Amino acid sequence: MAEQREFFFRRLHSLLGVVPIGIFLVQHLFINHLAVYGEEVFNTAAGIMHELPFVLLLETLVIYLPILFHAILGVYIVFTSRYSTRRYGFFRNWMFALQRVTGIILVIFIAWHVFETRVQLALGNVDINYSLMEGILSSTPMFWFYVVGVLSAVFHFANGLWSFMVTWGITQTPKSQRISTYVCLIVFLAVGYLGIRSLLAFAYGV
Amino acid sequence: MAEQSKVTFIITRQDGPDAAPYEETFEIPYRQNMNVISALMEIRKNPVNSKGEQTTPVMWDMNCLEEVCGACSMVINGTARQSCAALVDQLEQPIRLEPMATFDVVRDLIVDRDRMFEALKQVKAWIPIDGTHDLGPGPRMPENKRQWAYELSKCMTCGVCLEACPNVNDSSNFIGPAAISQARLFNAHPTGEMNASDRLNGLMEDGGIDGCGNSQNCVQVCPKGIPLTTSIAAMNRATNIQAFKNFFGSDTAL
Repeated sequence: MAEQREFFFRRLHSLLGVVPIGIFLVQHLFINHLAVYGEEVFNTAAGIMHELPFVLLLETLVIYLPILFHAILGVYIVFTSRYSTRRYGFFRNWMFALQRVTGIILVIFIAWHVFETRVQLALGNVDINYSLMEGILSSTPMFWFYVVGVLSAVFHFANGLWSFMVTWGITQTPKSQRISTYVCLIVFLAVGYLGIRSLLAFAYGV
Repeated sequence: MAEQSKVTFIITRQDGPDAAPYEETFEIPYRQNMNVISALMEIRKNPVNSKGEQTTPVMWDMNCLEEVCGACSMVINGTARQSCAALVDQLEQPIRLEPMATFDVVRDLIVDRDRMFEALKQVKAWIPIDGTHDLGPGPRMPENKRQWAYELSKCMTCGVCLEACPNVNDSSNFIGPAAISQARLFNAHPTGEMNASDRLNGLMEDGGIDGCGNSQNCVQVCPKGIPLTTSIAAMNRATNIQAFKNFFGSDTAL
């Protein structure tokens, strides 16, 4: 039997995108949304997350390693496709292209975001709290950078959820795939709302 | 019409596998109910380009002339399709003909679709029925299942789905939609079912089913309307189950 390593890696890539990365993204934006209820509420919640037992191990296994794997294989996938939206302007072909564009945006955004929050915390330069985010997002270019980053993340997650269901053979018929498109659209709107709402809370205190 | 009208073709030509492609324009006399192949035959009869220069006849592949063999696929006005079924009256002029870019060009509009046959070998898209003795009749296939399988059996290996697929290209080893659907067809056959895991393991080999990125162009362009994306999702499910059986062990893994 010839090698089946690619199959394993691609299935792992698909799985990790939803479990744990997708779940982490949703949890992250739920916590962020607490900023809407004020500085105190957010700081308490962020504090609890930081005080979780084995926090570094959890971060490594649930966040760093899965994202690293997903990103490295993802960039490879991006550069082995030939984009054809001009010739074949079908909806799914656009989603295919956007999934890869947002993936590249996310590699840049997440690297930046982790550097100015988690890495700076580890270096002892900052504390993760409301005022840190307030400081970052008070600059208009950074605010828009974060808007693009958050929306890319949510799109990549929602559309990835759709293809996850195809890749794992859950949605097979055109009808089930059409309905799951709508379900994923609702996921995009709901999680996207959480993300943008919390950015507004940090940046403008509204 | 008193004056004889002309049809203009802009054809991407290539003198050999390693030669550089170039475009050549031809103007041929219009006839009623012409298809692209009859126009190419007209050029072959009198290989003179629009500048009046004598040139070599344009080469193309063809066989059945009724859209069931798949040999005459080419890119016509930007869309990959069969040239036998492309009627000149229904095409915008000038009509642009190009070889399918996914494949290696042999000459002019002839491409080498060998990779599609290699793909069928990888997934063992046939039913082994030979034995050292008479194996007798196989199990019967229910009529409704036969009708369903007939739709999948319409695949003519024409290559249009591979041409439209963004993941079938020089930098990727993806097998393409056609062979995945063929594995599903033969796994659905009552006799073919006996070797189902062989085909699934073939699909799981490197360059197999995992290269699909769900752009779903294939199902949009298939000239036979084969439900390719349903086949891919069905084979995704089957290969996943096969992978678990292979790893954890199962009496039905083989």
